[in-house]
Amino acid sequence: MPDLIEKNAPAQAVASAEPKPEKPRSLGLDAWHDLRKRPVFIISAALIVLLIAFAIAPSLFTSVDPRAGDLRLHYLTKPNYLHFFQADWFGYDGQGRSIYARMIYGARASVVVGICVTAGVTVLGGLAGMIAGYYGGWVDTIISRVTDMFFGIPLLLGALVVLNAFTTRTVWSVVFALVALGWTQMTRVMRGSVITVKQADYVTAARALGAGTARIMFKHILPNAIAPVIVVATIALGGYIATEATLSFLGIGLQDPTISWGIDINSAQKVIRTAPFALFFPAGMLSVTVLAFIMLGDAVRDALDPKLR
Amino acid sequence: MGRFVARRLLQMIPVFLGTVTIIFFMTRMLPGDPAAAMWGDKAADPAQLAAFKHRMGLDVSIGRQYLNYMGDLLTGNFGETMAGRKVIDVIGEALPVTVRLALLAFVFELVVGVTIGLFSGLRRGKAFDKSALVLTLLLISIPVPVLGFIFQNVFAIQLKWITPTVQDSMNLGQLILPAVVLGSISLAYVARLTRTSIAENLKADYMRTAVAKGLPRRKVIGTHLLRNSMIPVVTFLGTDLGALMGGAIVTEGIFNVKGVGNALYHAINLNEGATVSGFVVVLVLVYLAASLIVDLLYAVLDPRIRYA
Repeated sequence: MPDLIEKNAPAQAVASAEPKPEKPRSLGLDAWHDLRKRPVFIISAALIVLLIAFAIAPSLFTSVDPRAGDLRLHYLTKPNYLHFFQADWFGYDGQGRSIYARMIYGARASVVVGICVTAGVTVLGGLAGMIAGYYGGWVDTIISRVTDMFFGIPLLLGALVVLNAFTTRTVWSVVFALVALGWTQMTRVMRGSVITVKQADYVTAARALGAGTARIMFKHILPNAIAPVIVVATIALGGYIATEATLSFLGIGLQDPTISWGIDINSAQKVIRTAPFALFFPAGMLSVTVLAFIMLGDAVRDALDPKLR
Repeated sequence: MGRFVARRLLQMIPVFLGTVTIIFFMTRMLPGDPAAAMWGDKAADPAQLAAFKHRMGLDVSIGRQYLNYMGDLLTGNFGETMAGRKVIDVIGEALPVTVRLALLAFVFELVVGVTIGLFSGLRRGKAFDKSALVLTLLLISIPVPVLGFIFQNVFAIQLKWITPTVQDSMNLGQLILPAVVLGSISLAYVARLTRTSIAENLKADYMRTAVAKGLPRRKVIGTHLLRNSMIPVVTFLGTDLGALMGGAIVTEGIFNVKGVGNALYHAINLNEGATVSGFVVVLVLVYLAASLIVDLLYAVLDPRIRYA
């Protein structure tokens, strides 16, 4: 690390008038200092902040009701690209609903599914992985075999079967299906990471000092084993958003009163030759969202894994 | 070697049974009565319905149905669809199509992905590497339905190189475009894995030795660098073959390929439990076989890995 500290020193000196001796940084803080300087991180973080703003307060960006359809305005009305932020900016879909408004409102379903599924699989899968890695023996055997069983079922296929059981599907049914089938990925990552960490001297030292199992697991092992899980989770978040859109596209994901880019892509595919813009905007928005999360994951991985620098 | 394979095969049995159990209960516990659905909107005649359920083996408890299904499966009987076709026939019709599609996609992602990864790993930080990174990032981010429509629009509707949808699902030439769409996301992962692995191994001692003892560049890269860098790529490709076959649902739908994805999609929509679990059994077998092959390939790629 010595060269890294040297590299950061001038920046520190400029920031504060009187340079103080630098405190030793934790891995997380070190990663954060590294991240702040990466253009990839800044761009993706800005995009994600914007998306979350769309998700929380869509009415700030458009005053049009995304569900209000006027059949006189259906997709044959050409978009008016100079009407910035107006209802007809990107034209209207087959039922005369504003494509621009639906693009903004569609962010909510994607962001909620992405964040909730990632949180769910990280907590559930991470816990299972930690138990398997820490206890080893037959506990590990059982958890690992269950993980293997779920690994044989492709995520999309399993989610289709589970979601088919719901007659009315909301964001929460999609979250449930994806968490139920996706947690095993995190279990494998966490298990591998915990097995490496638990052999470290500081874990033995903590045990020798009389620390309890819970304390060793959450205070000593977890902070040191979490980095690969965070990386996989960030990259997977984009994947879950894409999966939700794919499920909605297939007609077995979200259903109509919910606004989802996947549903809009599905309805736009029928008019792809007369109204390509109806496909372009939801599809473009979806791709940009997935791209932003994958770029963020890449940047976080580079920052957390100094070997790759 | 033989003992290793035997042990792995034994370990696969519980995994196989477990996966089939999960999918059995997922498909059979669904609400809605697929047998009653055979009568459409009309109310079914109770006597006929009971006779039909008895013939399909649906009139016993779910536990009993499970035991019957597993017993039949071990004798190679996959059951019947609600319309009375043998599930094995449905699988036999769809599987060859998807095997062709998945293998085409597999070869595409392997050849193109490893080539891109090799050159960008060797020229790390140069223009080729940077453009390859941007391209793979874009491929990973564009969801399959969107990519499918872009390809269909550009190559079939604008350039007219091919027909927009596949007319003959067994024709390899017509399957090329769907295979490219199907393999493109994995291609990006293969290229990135190869790149990282190559860049890491470039600094290894054996590389310096190989160059120092005067081996030609082609040999240094081919036998020393590439072979040693393939382990993470092979691991990914092994799990990917099964994913390609099961994940073809969207691609097959867009390009009208009559394969496993298409059949599965219809079976899921119609609540055909026996058909869905039949296909999943086949997919799980492919997945398990591929992971065994990957383990054996490790020993071929790295002679330090030996299976006693």
